[in-house]
Amino acid sequence: MTEITATRTENTRLQRIGAVLRDVMARPSGAIGLTLVVLHLVLAIVSPWIVPYDYKAMDSLQMLKPPSGAHWLGTDHLGRDVLTRTLMGGREALLVTGIATPIAVIWGGFVGIFFGLVGGRLDEVLMRVVDAFLSLPWILKMLVLIVTFGTGIEVLIPTLAFFYGIPVIRIARAATHDVVARDFVSAARARGHGRITIIRRELLPNVLDTLMVEGAMRWSWMLLAFSSLSFLGFGVSPPTPDWGLMIADGRGLMSFAPWGVLAPVVALSSLIIGINLTADALAKALGIDRAQKAPV
Amino acid sequence: MLRMLLRRLFLGAITVWIVSVIIFAGVEVLPGDACTAFLEREAKGKLLENCREAQGLNRPAVERYIEWASGAVRGDFGVSANGQKSISELVGNRLRNSLLLAICALGVGVPLAIFLGVVTGLRRDKPVDLFFSTAAVFAMTIPEFVSATVLILVFSVWLGWLPGIVLTSAGAPASEFFPEILLPVIVLAMVMTAHILRMVRSSVIEVMAGDYIQMAILKGVPYWRIVFRHALPNALLPAINVVALTIAWLLGGVVVIEVVFNYPGLGRMMIDAISDRDLPVVQAIALIVATVYVGVNLTADLMTMFLNPRLRTHALRGS
Repeated sequence: MTEITATRTENTRLQRIGAVLRDVMARPSGAIGLTLVVLHLVLAIVSPWIVPYDYKAMDSLQMLKPPSGAHWLGTDHLGRDVLTRTLMGGREALLVTGIATPIAVIWGGFVGIFFGLVGGRLDEVLMRVVDAFLSLPWILKMLVLIVTFGTGIEVLIPTLAFFYGIPVIRIARAATHDVVARDFVSAARARGHGRITIIRRELLPNVLDTLMVEGAMRWSWMLLAFSSLSFLGFGVSPPTPDWGLMIADGRGLMSFAPWGVLAPVVALSSLIIGINLTADALAKALGIDRAQKAPV
Repeated sequence: MLRMLLRRLFLGAITVWIVSVIIFAGVEVLPGDACTAFLEREAKGKLLENCREAQGLNRPAVERYIEWASGAVRGDFGVSANGQKSISELVGNRLRNSLLLAICALGVGVPLAIFLGVVTGLRRDKPVDLFFSTAAVFAMTIPEFVSATVLILVFSVWLGWLPGIVLTSAGAPASEFFPEILLPVIVLAMVMTAHILRMVRSSVIEVMAGDYIQMAILKGVPYWRIVFRHALPNALLPAINVVALTIAWLLGGVVVIEVVFNYPGLGRMMIDAISDRDLPVVQAIALIVATVYVGVNLTADLMTMFLNPRLRTHALRGS
């Protein structure tokens, strides 16, 4: 009997994922967005094998050359192939944000759900601390840590995961508050279930949709932060190719060699827009109104 | 009502206090202090001891926090580690420049966003809505340094219409920042317009679907009257909070734009101070920006409360 119920929930869960995915793909924004995201992910994985040149190979005879048969997107100020560097320029960003986003959503989500359920004095204090953290500009918080501990990914991943988890606390807490007053939570309490069981069995399934959409949004903001840091010279260190760094390098030579800037601009923009369109479609498919989201 | 007001003010003050503790504790916990930063990393022994003695860094942290915080309340943030200049004087001009940038961007962005938001909301799913909604997604998702770079390339390098970099010094009178300030204002206004537009649009759609609007339509009230008298006052209320968040973002998040355009504002000063590890300056800027953030959000909450009759009576009943 129990086994039958278990397989049935398993089935409906898979069916639901399938239905949501179909719904996302049925919307123009979702179809375009998901295609862009998948394309970027595939390129990030396979790019080392398909790029025409070595990303750090300099060629003093081929500096700032416009697009040609040999260099489809031209060369930069050190004679490096722009196409190669653009194709590989998202790897570091996707690696760092790809690890940091789930960590941020998980820790922020759990803290938010827990305090949303427990409430009381401690919850009140925590929310003030969250407010205090949110009132500091992101770039200041991150830069202070990066300048102190260095710019490697072993610093960037925990830093991003920590700071981007804080706003998730608030979202998860608000979503939990919507659920906590419902009858099935009171019933679970009356049955004598502990907090952990209530969180796992009653709250988490109901808050998960919100967290998924939130995670997608955090991912795009994190990418924005990561590339901004690279642009300012606090992220990826040369000669590793990175879009933010390429734009910063190419900016001064924009009047002679606009291709050096435009290629990473298009690459970075298409990835971030892709994520946002996907998140939008996902929110609509799951029935979560995201229009009221603030630009944190 | 008064009790509600006082409660909000009290919570805001508590938040600012926690921020000040986080800022101070953060600088305490991180390796290095003002003296190691000033004397470079190799600083050891007697020199370092003398410096710490002179700066008063040997005293207990709580004592120094109280001194720092009470100074900050009076607007005195001490002196910078590099050059020993008064931080209040250094920050003053920069804060004014950032405010100038923010006010110009708001002046352009808010009316434009409300206008476009109402138009797209009323013409939902029509070509005009699809065009501006798509444009808004682009404007708000593309990183600011990317849109700034593209705009410089187009308007400054290719067309030569606007200067692509700010060369005016920090202390110059506000009028001298024109026309150099125009491109940064356009970039900021673009992002802001996109955020507020989306909010206004969805809120107009929601309000227009309400029963009382349907009622007014059925009663034969002229369309423009429905829009301006019945729908907009309700639809624009939630926009206040988004505008507040945008103002807060403007003061903190414009760092990248100020760097791109070489604009002498608070954001660029912050980056320079962090790179130089000039901790007293970093602390001061962090506290100022956080206070503005809390203040602006508080104002928005109170404004929404005063303007919304439902919340008003609710607050009255509460007190």
